[in-house]
Amino acid sequence: MNLALRDIRHNLGRFLLTCLGLGLLLGVALAMVGIYRGVVEEALSLARALRADLWVVEAGTRGPFAEASRIPGDVREAVARLPGVLAAGAVTFQTVEARHAGGPGEAEPWTEEALRERAGEAGRQRIGAVLRLQVVGHEPDRPGGPPEILEGRGIGRGRLEMVVDRGAGLRPGAIVEMANIRYRVVGLTHRTVSTGGDPLAWITLRDAQELQFRLAPPAARRAQQGGGGALPQDTVNAVIARVSPHARAEDIAAGIRRWKHFAALTAAEQETVLTRSVVERARRQLGMFTGVLLLVSAVIVALIVYTMTMDKLREIATLKLIGAPDRSIVALIMQQALLLGGTGFAGGTALLLSVKDAFPRRVLLGPEEILGFGLVVFVICLAASLLGVRYALRIEPAQALGG
Amino acid sequence: MSDALVELRGIAKGFGEGEARVQALSDITLSVAAGEVVGLRGPSGSGKSTLLNLVACILEPDAGLLRLAGETVWEGRWRRTDLRAFRRERIGFIFQFHNLLPFLDATDNVALAQTLNGVPLKAARQRARALLDYLQVGKRAAAMPAKLSGGEAQRVAIARALANHPRIILADEPTAALDSERAGVVMDLLRQVAREQAAAVLVVTHDEKIFSRFDRLVSLRDGRIEAESRPEKHELDVI
Ligand SMILES: Nc1ncnc2c1ncn2[C@@H]1O[C@H](COP(=O)(O)OP(=O)(O)OP(=O)(O)O)[C@@H](O)[C@H]1O
Ligand SMILES: [Mg+2]
Repeated sequence: MNLALRDIRHNLGRFLLTCLGLGLLLGVALAMVGIYRGVVEEALSLARALRADLWVVEAGTRGPFAEASRIPGDVREAVARLPGVLAAGAVTFQTVEARHAGGPGEAEPWTEEALRERAGEAGRQRIGAVLRLQVVGHEPDRPGGPPEILEGRGIGRGRLEMVVDRGAGLRPGAIVEMANIRYRVVGLTHRTVSTGGDPLAWITLRDAQELQFRLAPPAARRAQQGGGGALPQDTVNAVIARVSPHARAEDIAAGIRRWKHFAALTAAEQETVLTRSVVERARRQLGMFTGVLLLVSAVIVALIVYTMTMDKLREIATLKLIGAPDRSIVALIMQQALLLGGTGFAGGTALLLSVKDAFPRRVLLGPEEILGFGLVVFVICLAASLLGVRYALRIEPAQALGG
Repeated sequence: MSDALVELRGIAKGFGEGEARVQALSDITLSVAAGEVVGLRGPSGSGKSTLLNLVACILEPDAGLLRLAGETVWEGRWRRTDLRAFRRERIGFIFQFHNLLPFLDATDNVALAQTLNGVPLKAARQRARALLDYLQVGKRAAAMPAKLSGGEAQRVAIARALANHPRIILADEPTAALDSERAGVVMDLLRQVAREQAAAVLVVTHDEKIFSRFDRLVSLRDGRIEAESRPEKHELDVI
């Protein structure tokens, strides 16, 4: 007969309560694992969304995310002409505090028609909620546009249209205002955020350059106008390229590096820059905290198992009195520790899976993360039960005697 | 005595150090033969339980010689290392405070002792129920120890001690919580086991009503054997 199960059944309420506590703790630890993995995943989401094999940026920088990069937009043509390059597109990036109407809390999306109906100022006032967006300016039909459109449509050639990540809470038809220009949301993407977790918003490159010009400080604006005429200069942050499967992005990048004024990164290099530089501190911070939480969990499991063993002092001594071998006593403690860890793990995981989508940023918990975490919990329980086992093996059978 | 299953020679046992030292037993020489039922009496604190625990290899003697079932178990040090297996196979112990496992019901408390010895669970439970029936606690076979009365718990503990057909049976006041009829049943059972299994039975008791059922009575005082007597009329006893 299985003594571990029989003992648990005898004290079921207490065992479940302990499991609940441990489950909450393990849930928090697993959340940290998910948040950590989420940060890394999100750091790469922008670069991956654009599906660029090659990044051409300003010389001497590792832009456009780790460092600022400004290059003339017409470089795109030179890149597109390179052998092995299938297509190239100029892109801009800027973080903007936009205002919007038609958020998730509102019954109807605020379409432009609806706003117009509400006569001028009244309508304008309704556009009030602040929204941080990472705006991507791209050339329609060239690399740099939004990936899969989840709802609505792509931008096409239409000006003042926007495709935005679903995380912004907007729906097709909603109006977003940036620098006093209104854009209409025409499509939604999914899981496309900046390294800081802000939703991505795609507009045309022309719109983006205009926006950049309007948002620039007045002095810079005057200087630009003085130099390059009335129109904003054709400056972009990077040119991205798709490379033919028969060519090597490394070779093309090496070729571009010989050009004056430009640097080039392959997709792999850009991902390394993003994880090792842009989110490095956040990653290390979360990683360390995850480690601390796991350590705390291990200590707590060890203490729980230890006190569980101490509570059973008399029973264990009695088992020794009636001649139970150490094997059965070790099995009793280890099985209970594993059951405790297993139940706590299952409870914590179920809890977290049911709330993880309510987190403002991505909590990435795939089978890989959960299994890995389960394995860690298993090892922790085994190691933690050693303390209890040591205690149990030292109990003298005579300790069961007496009243 | 060559056929002695329990043999103690010059056994001494003390507890504590310095001023707090208690000499619980000194120079105990005693043997119990196969088939013999020996009673151990004496005032509280005279060392009865200590003597039983020494025989059960739960306590280690300070001096002397301890032979059990023909094997020298202690002489200067433990001669036998696997005491727990020895206890499991050879000794049935009825403790002064029952010591039932609180998370097993009466049947499984008795069955566990057997499964530890390799008996299949089904057979172990069968024997457990038969023993409990014999001890008149069959009705409480499914009860948890916390729900048993003192006397019921004691009889479950007796069933457990006898479950493995031990050659040496040690009982610390097995009838203390029982009325005289049930005490008689327990003593008859112990006598029967002694006879049928050629077991040596050593019983600590205060209970004068059952003195006559022993082959021999050993009196302890202050850790020494004070007297030994043979009750006369035990064959005729009907309580
Ligand atoms: N573990 C121990 N530590 C210290 N002293 C002990 C221990 N066990 C017994 N003693 C002492 O040894 C002496 C004998 O104790 P023991 O329990 O053998 O007496 P007993 O004859 O069984 O008494 P009772 O009839 O009350 O059960 C007592 O003085 C007791 O205080
Ligand atoms: Mg006693």
